[in-house]
Amino acid sequence: MTLSRSVLYGFVALVLVWLMIPVVIIVPMSFSDSRFLAFPPPAWSLRWYEAYLGNAAWMQATRVSLIVAVASAVIATVLGTAAAYALNMTSSRLVRNLQVILFLPLVVPIVITAVSIFFVYANVGLLATMTGLILANVMLGLPYVVTAVLVGLRKFDPAQEMVSRSLGMNRFRTFFIVTLPQIRPSVISGTLFAFISALDETVVALFISGGEYQTLTKRMFTALRDEIDPTIAAISSLLTATSFILVMLLSLNARTGGKK
Amino acid sequence: MAVSHTGPEILHERREQRLTLLLLAPALAIVICLLVLPLLWLAWQSIRADGGFTLVNYQRFLTDDIYLISFLQTFRIAIIVTVVTLLLGYPVAYAASMAPRHWSVLILAAVVLPFWTSVLVRAYAWLILLQRRGLVNSALMDMGLIDSPLLLVNNEFGTVLATIHILLPFMVLPLYATMQKIPRELTMAGSSLGGSPVFVFTRVFLPLSMPGVIAGMVLVFVLTLGFYITPELLGGGRTFMVSMLVSRNIEIYHEWGAASSISVVLLLSVFLIFRLSTKLVPFERIMGTR
Repeated sequence: MTLSRSVLYGFVALVLVWLMIPVVIIVPMSFSDSRFLAFPPPAWSLRWYEAYLGNAAWMQATRVSLIVAVASAVIATVLGTAAAYALNMTSSRLVRNLQVILFLPLVVPIVITAVSIFFVYANVGLLATMTGLILANVMLGLPYVVTAVLVGLRKFDPAQEMVSRSLGMNRFRTFFIVTLPQIRPSVISGTLFAFISALDETVVALFISGGEYQTLTKRMFTALRDEIDPTIAAISSLLTATSFILVMLLSLNARTGGKK
Repeated sequence: MAVSHTGPEILHERREQRLTLLLLAPALAIVICLLVLPLLWLAWQSIRADGGFTLVNYQRFLTDDIYLISFLQTFRIAIIVTVVTLLLGYPVAYAASMAPRHWSVLILAAVVLPFWTSVLVRAYAWLILLQRRGLVNSALMDMGLIDSPLLLVNNEFGTVLATIHILLPFMVLPLYATMQKIPRELTMAGSSLGGSPVFVFTRVFLPLSMPGVIAGMVLVFVLTLGFYITPELLGGGRTFMVSMLVSRNIEIYHEWGAASSISVVLLLSVFLIFRLSTKLVPFERIMGTR
């Protein structure tokens, strides 16, 4: 019994180490002095961070990615929360089945989604625009927000809304004063998911972003196809650090949410 | 009496339904405009040529080898990835559901952190690790285990390895969600009635964890079918998955007809798999809303 248990935990530990290594290994590589990727690096330096921060094209791409991620996360949160609220309140099976449409962006292979958006944008002139990028990422972020908010709403007792409305508050105010504060942790986690998904999104951006409005991930992808430039290691480390911080915030957020 | 009662109720219900649709409309509109309509157009495009009906785009599947090879390779990779992630992920989820709380938090953190790291970054990391003069090769050569570098990347092996790495969390999370809900009393009852640990596991725990197994397998399989970045960066031109076929036809050849028929077949495969699996496990469970 104890033997089989230690074999199990040993195996699990190995899998987890294997899972973490590629995520962690980029960090020391990004502080290397050498053009060639060796481990441990022959000498430490910040040259790849300087190369990234001093390059106007990388900086512009970073700005585009950040604006797109923030804007699309905010819009997806508003639209997704409204949709989740409606889905939770309805008693009609037909309406509830509309949920499937909102989950399509998660289900359809990303290249096909990219081709679809590319086709629409080519016809309405949204290719290589900020608006186009934001709209596309709103769509991709919606399923995350809807999922997170639905989970929150399931724990919420709808009788409270009824009480508030019978006391004369209208639906709109009831939502903001009674419901929203209680589902806030779910809404926040939906926002963070949508933000990370937009920041990391690559394939759709490959098709629809261009010129001045290239995202960071698109530039990284094209750079990687040509050669392995350690500048990418520096950018990757920064991206990973951002994800880590957001996941930490998420778990903190979940914890405070659980206490209520 | 009955009439005056149902009147306002129906009115109220109608108002509720209007509000529901109003709240859903913006989100639905975006998905319909950017995804549903163009997908329908793509499907229509796949059976049209020069203003008439045609199956020429689908005949390519029989005449052009690259289509068949690409689909077979993609499905083979998807099967390998699904089986390996299940074998790796089941023990991890099991340990997370059985371990004391602080341990299970740690295990889940180790699963979730890579999950939220960019796919592009992880593909790049594997490129660094596996390339000719990469870390794995130089470590093996330093230890004297090999004389010349192994070909670990720019082939199917590198692609499959990185895909397994990227998708493992998609297996572990639904498995864990299911296992966590299995009442401990059931396995304890099994043991106290004299069942051996193996017996209790195979007869009680394993069957109860099947919904999670199915959800995880479906997710991983379907996601692998659509993988693009990983084979593009790690496949070295030798791994030609269906997504790459779609993208090449649009970006390089501007062949919408070919791209549309491939997309339709890929999409139908994905929908069919989801459809079959929802007979066993509800859709909400696979997507994690329940």
